[in-house]
Amino acid sequence: MAGAPIAKTVLTSARPAPPAHPAVRATLIVLAVSFLTIFILLPLINVFVQAFAKGWEGYLAVFWPPSPPEGATLTAVQTRKLAEAAVQTSRTWSAIGLTLQVAAIVVPLNIVFGLAAAWATTKFQFRGRALLLSLIDLPFSVSPVVAGLVFVLLLGRNGIFGDWATHLTWPDPFSLRWVGFENGFPLAFARDFTGVIFTPLAIVLASIFVTFPFVARSLTPLMESQGAEEELAALSLGASGWRTFWKITVPNVKWALLYGVILCTARAFGEFGAVSVVSGHVDVNDTMPLRIEKLWNEYNNQAAFTVASVLALLAVFTLIAKTAIEWKTARDLQQQHQGQAQ
Amino acid sequence: MTFETEFAREPVAPAPRARSIFRRRTTRVIPGLPLTLGYTLFYLSALVLLPLAALALKAAQMSPAEFIRVISDPVVTASLRLTFFASTTAALINAVFGLIVAWVLVRYDFPFRRLFDAIIDFPFALPTAVAGLTFASLFLKDGWLGGLGPRVVAGVNALAGWLGAGPLLNPTALDWLTFPYTGQTAGIVIVLVFVGLPFVVRTVQPVLLEWDPEYETAARSLGASPLTVFRRVIFPEILPAWVSGVALSFARAVGEYGSVIFIAANIPGKSQIAPLQIVTRLDDFQYAQAAAIGVVLLAISLLVLLVINGLESFSRRHERAAV
Repeated sequence: MAGAPIAKTVLTSARPAPPAHPAVRATLIVLAVSFLTIFILLPLINVFVQAFAKGWEGYLAVFWPPSPPEGATLTAVQTRKLAEAAVQTSRTWSAIGLTLQVAAIVVPLNIVFGLAAAWATTKFQFRGRALLLSLIDLPFSVSPVVAGLVFVLLLGRNGIFGDWATHLTWPDPFSLRWVGFENGFPLAFARDFTGVIFTPLAIVLASIFVTFPFVARSLTPLMESQGAEEELAALSLGASGWRTFWKITVPNVKWALLYGVILCTARAFGEFGAVSVVSGHVDVNDTMPLRIEKLWNEYNNQAAFTVASVLALLAVFTLIAKTAIEWKTARDLQQQHQGQAQ
Repeated sequence: MTFETEFAREPVAPAPRARSIFRRRTTRVIPGLPLTLGYTLFYLSALVLLPLAALALKAAQMSPAEFIRVISDPVVTASLRLTFFASTTAALINAVFGLIVAWVLVRYDFPFRRLFDAIIDFPFALPTAVAGLTFASLFLKDGWLGGLGPRVVAGVNALAGWLGAGPLLNPTALDWLTFPYTGQTAGIVIVLVFVGLPFVVRTVQPVLLEWDPEYETAARSLGASPLTVFRRVIFPEILPAWVSGVALSFARAVGEYGSVIFIAANIPGKSQIAPLQIVTRLDDFQYAQAAAIGVVLLAISLLVLLVINGLESFSRRHERAAV
């Protein structure tokens, strides 16, 4: 899990142990490999096979509907089908756009929080530090549906801040447009939202909740083991706090930070339960996972798998990056040990 | 107390005088505690604690009798029972196979070992909706596993015909391979095994890596059988990690929603898991009922968390006592 210190799970070559009976060994290997194949490899391969069930053209048609041959006269049925395909692809694109926008807000916020929380909990000792660390971990043990539910109970129509939240009007930050100097200020928001629950703001809040601990938890073990010696040295040489942070702390933890950011992004892209609860099942509030569910429920399996294949590819990339960072951290640690030994 | 923390609380404060109670009494060398701690507490309170408090408050507004009435509604108890049963079964399957996988990955060398080690974390990285989608399609009638039955039957019968015998198998003999789709609970258990798979492996693996095989060699040289060595020497060592891995995978399964709703039939009272009950209640604007079920789910996960923390502190004390 994200809380586990990185580089712990890197496999060294198998340790010399009393040799097991070859039959036992073979049975166990076959059991483990078939378990992993059935439960991980097969489902993963299935995503891509189903996504390409109609070939490349079918795959691309989920994003770009085929254009009618030029000059051909279309029957009424063909025209309707083309219009339908255009609506479907525009919904898919809107889901992709919303997912990216949500991640673009959630991930930076959690990076700032993660850095602040890791700094406060690892460079200082104070009363209640252990409690604070457990509270930061809390969202990991809350069901995604409950994570959505709490925001509905807080900001929904009958919620605690419901009266205030349902009348809250806020501009869509991604609708900022250049409007020229006629009205004075040249930038303006093209779109406003009213309310919180069943709008993209609720999706942002729910996503923050479920991705909350990732950055902080991947930073704390490393920063705790590194201690504050280098920062103290920099400070005693007259560097300012900010300068120390940027020049010493951030470079020291950059790989752990990247690791946390990757996990946080992957979860923000893929969160389903919490987002589903606060989205109100409205098409404009669909993120990619919600879009997958709708396509599946419309029996459009190939399109559902096509959108899913994008997320699965992202998951594969996440794993590759994670493995690479683990190897790098393990190598750095090894070099450090060798340096100390000499 | 470590070196750096002693430095962080440098005791150069002047003796507090009556008039200087508003002055900072200690000087910390490392700056930024008020800023970072303040921001951390603000962010945590606003985005996690306040919403969770809303849940507690909503549930507290109900009288105990009302709460019990909601929870003992047959549809709700059925969903809680199903969630509990499916999560326990999945956690037990993961307990067995997770241990085998961790053991094999650490102890034996085989082709693609590194690849298999890397893909263990895949359930963490893959969005649950994608997991549910692909498992559901695997067990459809024309899916790879669900559609395996007719194909195997056809193959066997063709072979038998070629050998001059009559058809061996009834055409529907292997239709049970779609079982996760026709039998609801099996499908739920299968996706819960998937989402909980990494926990057991990833908690047991580090312990096995740290384990010094010398003890094993010693036990073997004293005449113990391999099974006895595992049972009496190795297993007690990995037991705390194993139990907390199983507990984590159980806790994850209890709250899982995204993957399950794709594969389950979601019939109220039969194949609806507890999180789906919450969603259903919310869609009907029954907020108090949803909150009550949410409190039960939250209580289960917090209980599991407490058990894990207890186990960890137990094994830490145990270690210290051994040293």
